[in-house]
Amino acid sequence: MNRQAQSVVMFLVGAALLHAGLSGLYLRYVKAALQPLLLASGAVLVVTALMTLWYERRRRHAPEEEHGHAHREPRVSWLLVLPLFALILVAPPALGSYSAVRTGTALQKPYAYEALPKSDPLPLSVVDYAGRAVYGHGRSIAGRRLRITGFVALDRGGAPYLVRMALNCCAADAQPVKIALTGHVPPVLEPDTWLEVTGAYTARQTRDPVNNGPIPYLDVTGARPVPTPHDPYDETWNQ
Amino acid sequence: MAITRPAPPGSAHADERSGPGAPAGGPGPERDGWHLTSPVALTLLLLVVVVAQGPLRGALSAPVMQSWMTVFVAVVVQALPFLVLGVLLSAAIAVFVPPSFFARALPSRPALAVPVAGVAGAVLPGCECASVPVAGALVRRGVTPAAAIAFLLSAPAINPIVLTATAVAFPRDPEMVLARFAASLLVACAMGWLWQRLGRADWLRPPARASHEGGGKGEAFWGSVRHDVMHAGGFLVVGAMAAATLKAVAPASWLRTAAGNPFVAVLALAVLAVLLSICSEADAFVAASLTQFSPTAKLVFLVVGPMIDLKLFAMQTGTFGRRFALRFAPATFVLAVLGAVLTGAVLL
Repeated sequence: MNRQAQSVVMFLVGAALLHAGLSGLYLRYVKAALQPLLLASGAVLVVTALMTLWYERRRRHAPEEEHGHAHREPRVSWLLVLPLFALILVAPPALGSYSAVRTGTALQKPYAYEALPKSDPLPLSVVDYAGRAVYGHGRSIAGRRLRITGFVALDRGGAPYLVRMALNCCAADAQPVKIALTGHVPPVLEPDTWLEVTGAYTARQTRDPVNNGPIPYLDVTGARPVPTPHDPYDETWNQ
Repeated sequence: MAITRPAPPGSAHADERSGPGAPAGGPGPERDGWHLTSPVALTLLLLVVVVAQGPLRGALSAPVMQSWMTVFVAVVVQALPFLVLGVLLSAAIAVFVPPSFFARALPSRPALAVPVAGVAGAVLPGCECASVPVAGALVRRGVTPAAAIAFLLSAPAINPIVLTATAVAFPRDPEMVLARFAASLLVACAMGWLWQRLGRADWLRPPARASHEGGGKGEAFWGSVRHDVMHAGGFLVVGAMAAATLKAVAPASWLRTAAGNPFVAVLALAVLAVLLSICSEADAFVAASLTQFSPTAKLVFLVVGPMIDLKLFAMQTGTFGRRFALRFAPATFVLAVLGAVLTGAVLL
């Protein structure tokens, strides 16, 4: 790949990073805190592409010394078009039920339980509910109407779970936290549908068949489909 | 820009072919024709992909493929900012820092320069993607390879960002942070000394370019940034593909069986660290989630991962040459496992 082609690839990769960083697309792949770094590196790539073109043009005008032709540029650079196509043309969705079913629940014991607001229904994240239900024995949430958002995953037996992938850095380290659903579960559930579930704490628990991790149940009273949230991952472990 | 004399045919050519399935890689690199064809080839490739995007999307809609692509894009997008940071630093070292600076900053005896360079790794904030180009620049700037190796291995593991992340991931065992720091520094120095005793200069690829490429310092700087981004970036893509394949295809349940036997557990997590290629800023969280494993096995995961994994191996091949990487990777792996187990036995 010669320098003109290289600068085109660098420009496109930089522009794709800027686009992903500005449009919120990046939240499907990496943690929110990476945004400034993404934008900065996208800008650096665009500037490098422009500088390369500029020096190349100036060189064209300068009297031709023997240059360039003796050196072969690395061909591995062509591979950089793959993430470019993946990001611009396909923009794959955030990890969903496929990964969730194949990976064990990553629930960790919470460091502390924050005081909950008095609102009814009480909005709670999947990770927060699972932590309070399993390790706090439901003390802070028993008897309250809860509202939890997550996506649907069905295990091999067809049992429904409400899942949120918890992410520390990028999707390669994303791990699911699961809640099993019982009660008035909608009869037809499509995996990867995002649901806002209303329900109540129940002491019932099960074990994740993959890693034997604890999975609490939620007694569902209602559910409605919602659009995918702006940040599909749970990032509370980053703070 | 006359960059270098042509590299010896064996090593350089073999390395540059290692991108399998490079699209439009084309047969024989005819030097004159190549210059004319690559922009044309790129334009054609872009056109074909844009025209065929419908069928392509259809072919990629299976859940396995979707999950593969998400992890692939995620690894690349997450690593690129750190790669760019490392490339900018390495270009700055290569162009603006005179070689005499390193001669003064490092002890002249290599045996002493190794630990100094290892500790100096603590100042490079970021993950392993940044350290490879910087270490390459250090070697080109005349730093003894043994010291550059100690820096390369210690920087991704002992910088404050990574140690803080480790402390957050293991809130109940702070000794894990200390153990990670000690084991990583120990292994980095051991590898440096090992290189000093056994390493041979001809294993390292000759410097990829002269320090000044004709034009001014600005041109040299941007030329270095361009070269490193395109080169290391290509190898980063190779590593990201390998990591995504593992994540999407390999079953997680075998880990449960491996955790039972302490010996197998250590080996399993060492191999897992190599295969997963997780950024060193995030690996502590993954290690913490492997609850069924012993603390020593987790420490092995934390020490091996930043030193050698698929992504790093690909990038080291690109920067230092295949002859180096093929010897360096297994030695690093063995020493990292031993160092981590020893440290774990003492501290955990």
